Amino acid sequence: MLHLTAGRVGSLLARRATAAFTASSARMASHGHEVTPLSSVPADVVESVDMSQPMYWDRVDLPLPDRPYKDTLTATDKSLKQKEKGPWGQLSKEEKIALYRLTFCQTFPEMKQKTEEWKTVLGSVFFFLGFTGLVVWWQKVYVYPERPRTFDDEWQAKQLKRMLDMRISPVEGFSAKWDYEKGQWK
Amino acid sequence: MSLPKPVMRGMLAKRLRIHLPLAFVVSFGLALTYKFAVAEPRKRAYAEFYKTYDSIKDFNAMREAGVFESVRPTGK
Repeated sequence: MLHLTAGRVGSLLARRATAAFTASSARMASHGHEVTPLSSVPADVVESVDMSQPMYWDRVDLPLPDRPYKDTLTATDKSLKQKEKGPWGQLSKEEKIALYRLTFCQTFPEMKQKTEEWKTVLGSVFFFLGFTGLVVWWQKVYVYPERPRTFDDEWQAKQLKRMLDMRISPVEGFSAKWDYEKGQWK
Repeated sequence: MSLPKPVMRGMLAKRLRIHLPLAFVVSFGLALTYKFAVAEPRKRAYAEFYKTYDSIKDFNAMREAGVFESVRPTGK
């Protein structure tokens, strides 16, 4: 029974781990594909990222990455970049947006788009709480020793009487609330 | 394109002008509240208790209840 549950948890953990990793890397990457140093090459061709090269990222807290998004420029891109060297008043709105998209993959509003990650998180939390409940139940059946006799009502009553006899906290606390003449609580 | 010049210095001092006296006032206030709401009533309660406390009577009551090991209840 134990190795079955371990296997189930193992596969679940693997799925949750990959979900967490893809969620965090999705924040760094653009829409569907992983952003690589060679930005024109999709991730399923390039497996690993060369961390010795300047990297690109989309992050709200680090807004200026080490390199622009597109570093292999086409001829039209290059001519636009030349035009950028002149007065910017002469750039049209579309050209300005195109220049932005050359340097950056996502805009701030696009980066800040809310995701549905919280549902996964909350679901995982509840799932593992439930699983823990099952573990505790199993422990109650197979692990815990028997209940100490000090929990019985009879023992607790005797304990209470002994505390009153010993005059525990007679000034402001326990025994102060007991009426010794009448034998009842004040 | 002419924005006002932002505040460049003295930000901590400006904050401390308010918050340092406030910190002292709040701390002293809390200490005084504790003194007059907790400490003084407790001292009074103990003083009142011991004004009319007969320790021998209390001892005998405890002895009869059988909580001591050095003296047994009378009549054993």
